[in-house]
Amino acid sequence: MNSAVTDTMESMPDDGVMRAADGTPLKKSLARALRREKLRSFVLIAPLLLFILISFLAPIADMLFRSVQNDIVSDTLPETVQVLADWDPTSGDAPDEAVFAALYRDFYQAREQRIHTRLGSRLNYESPGFSGMFRRTGREIRRYDEAGPYKSQFIETDEDWGSVETWRIIQKFSPRYTPGYYLTAIDAESTSDSLQLKPEDERIYLKLFVRTMWMSIAITVSCLLLGYPIAYLLAHVKRSTANVLLILVLLPFWTSLLVRTSAWKVLLQQQGVINDILVWANLIDDAGRLVMINNQTGTIIAMTHILLPFMILPLYSVMQTISPSYVRAAKSLGATDLTAFWKVYFPNTIPGIGAGAILVFILAIGYYITPELVGGTQGVFISNRIAFHISTSLNWGLAAALGAMLLLLVLALFYCYDRIVGIDNVKLG
Amino acid sequence: MASALPPYASTGQIAWHYGFRVICGLIFFFLIFPIMVIIPLSFNAQDFFTFTPEMLRLDPEGYSLKHYQDFFTNPDWQQALRNSFAIAPVATILATALGTLAAIGLSQSHVPFKSAIMAILISPMIVPLIISAAGMYFFYSRVGLQGTYWGVVLAHAALGTPFVIITVTATLVGFDRSLTRAAASMGADPVTTFFKVQMPLILPGVISGALFAFITSFDEVVVVIFLGSAQQQTLPWQMFTGLREQISPTILAVAAIMVVLSIMLLSTLEYVRRRSERLRGMTPS
Repeated sequence: MNSAVTDTMESMPDDGVMRAADGTPLKKSLARALRREKLRSFVLIAPLLLFILISFLAPIADMLFRSVQNDIVSDTLPETVQVLADWDPTSGDAPDEAVFAALYRDFYQAREQRIHTRLGSRLNYESPGFSGMFRRTGREIRRYDEAGPYKSQFIETDEDWGSVETWRIIQKFSPRYTPGYYLTAIDAESTSDSLQLKPEDERIYLKLFVRTMWMSIAITVSCLLLGYPIAYLLAHVKRSTANVLLILVLLPFWTSLLVRTSAWKVLLQQQGVINDILVWANLIDDAGRLVMINNQTGTIIAMTHILLPFMILPLYSVMQTISPSYVRAAKSLGATDLTAFWKVYFPNTIPGIGAGAILVFILAIGYYITPELVGGTQGVFISNRIAFHISTSLNWGLAAALGAMLLLLVLALFYCYDRIVGIDNVKLG
Repeated sequence: MASALPPYASTGQIAWHYGFRVICGLIFFFLIFPIMVIIPLSFNAQDFFTFTPEMLRLDPEGYSLKHYQDFFTNPDWQQALRNSFAIAPVATILATALGTLAAIGLSQSHVPFKSAIMAILISPMIVPLIISAAGMYFFYSRVGLQGTYWGVVLAHAALGTPFVIITVTATLVGFDRSLTRAAASMGADPVTTFFKVQMPLILPGVISGALFAFITSFDEVVVVIFLGSAQQQTLPWQMFTGLREQISPTILAVAAIMVVLSIMLLSTLEYVRRRSERLRGMTPS
């Protein structure tokens, strides 16, 4: 021991506190080591955490924000919105001249910046007719008499400017935030005083949600029916055989989604391989070729194939852990094969069924590509509608609201999955 | 029903034993047939999506390489292939580097809010792609990344990281911490310890994570459709448009090539897994 250390040892106060070699109390020293370790793990995690926050969670948050955001009315017609706040739609009369004067100034500005058509198409989502009215007004507003009166000139361009309904909608969408997109997404509409569902034949989104749900359930059930025997077989043959058979399960899992979808498109077509075989085998005649694509059947068949490995793998890993002596014990006590399976073996596989079923259901419910390609019009999911609103109808707010609802559903399901399996136990391949 | 049939099995049991195997055989057929059928079909001499009578007679006239030739000469497909290989490796490197570091960080014993952090880092895998794509489309247009190469790369890297975290975490579970302590006690600094001791042992996890990240990006359509512009048109995107609009038989040739590619990937992964189990002293299964 060198003298420096001896010195510190000697200089340590003898107060009964445990100390580390450098003289700090052991408790403090441990706390410092722990802090350092926490800091180190944080430094390692931080880059990815930051990356995911910016590149992934911020976009999701942005989407949630967009689903309630509605500043287009108050940004395009700022003065009108202020004056209109005092108007009472229940009075039964269109607003007075002051509102129209404000509208003239706002609209003229918007016309100069060419943003009036954007507001027109936004309000057109709420009530058809706005888009045309805004475009027409945009064309004629330059010829208006600047001295007024404005009301009659607006009404002359389009008589809807004089209707209470028009102004009720403008007033309703004046606030910067709106539940409007969500109401549309559940097919509800708020009339002046109450909230109610649309007439049954106009409910498109509820129907679509219901269809997405039942098709996902159908896919999950068929995956379970096909996956259970395979998992059972894998768990009850020799390890070497199981490994070979497992490759047959993993190969589809690793094959590109587009490849599998194109395979089904080729197989299921009316002039495709399956119909050809059926005609050749004289099971159907040439005129009676089955329609298996561009409908719900196509989506269910193709997606069952695509998601089947996600059912087999968790089931297999649970079945591997079930001791064969359980079934043997049941049989030695006089149970038939069926009873032994149903009363002893099957209940033991329920965690696997739960894990596989939730996983398949979560994946199915948000699927986009396969339904888009083989689903036609009847076999599409809510995701396809979201994509439609983003790229075709450009109703981003509604797309965001539908997306937020789907997200909520998936997160709720995932919470169940986490309870049953735990995210830490997710295994791949 | 178990692997071997006992000598005292009744007729019913024997029937079920073989019946069950037949059912399983049919399900395996359902799993594999759609993928395998693509390969012979891709050599079709006609522009049909079914077997022609010449093909069924095994007449050489019925087969040709013209769809492959089209794939390798058509500038659209070649550009798509180049784009895919420009995007996927960069996204993979990004995802693997960040994911490996984070997995090591998460494996330390005292990480505050561990499960919350884990949930955030895994989330790109859980959220349906269409929602990720929608959110990224809105947000990336705000910041000017929409329609750019880097926008697609960042998005794909984010989608790939959960796979890296999961695979690397799985290899770290069996990692003996006393090895790093031993290295440190013999004077190695943390960086040396990492590269000389820890890295070789977790390398299999890193490689399989990287493969997953690569395939995620290489096979991804939804996000790239929304985030990319015509200059980022990847192979899956080209296939998607091909399948939706005018279905051209070249798609079958591309699909066949991709099936071969996935067989190669699967073999690599299996090799890596066995090697890792051997290295860690487990008997390879």
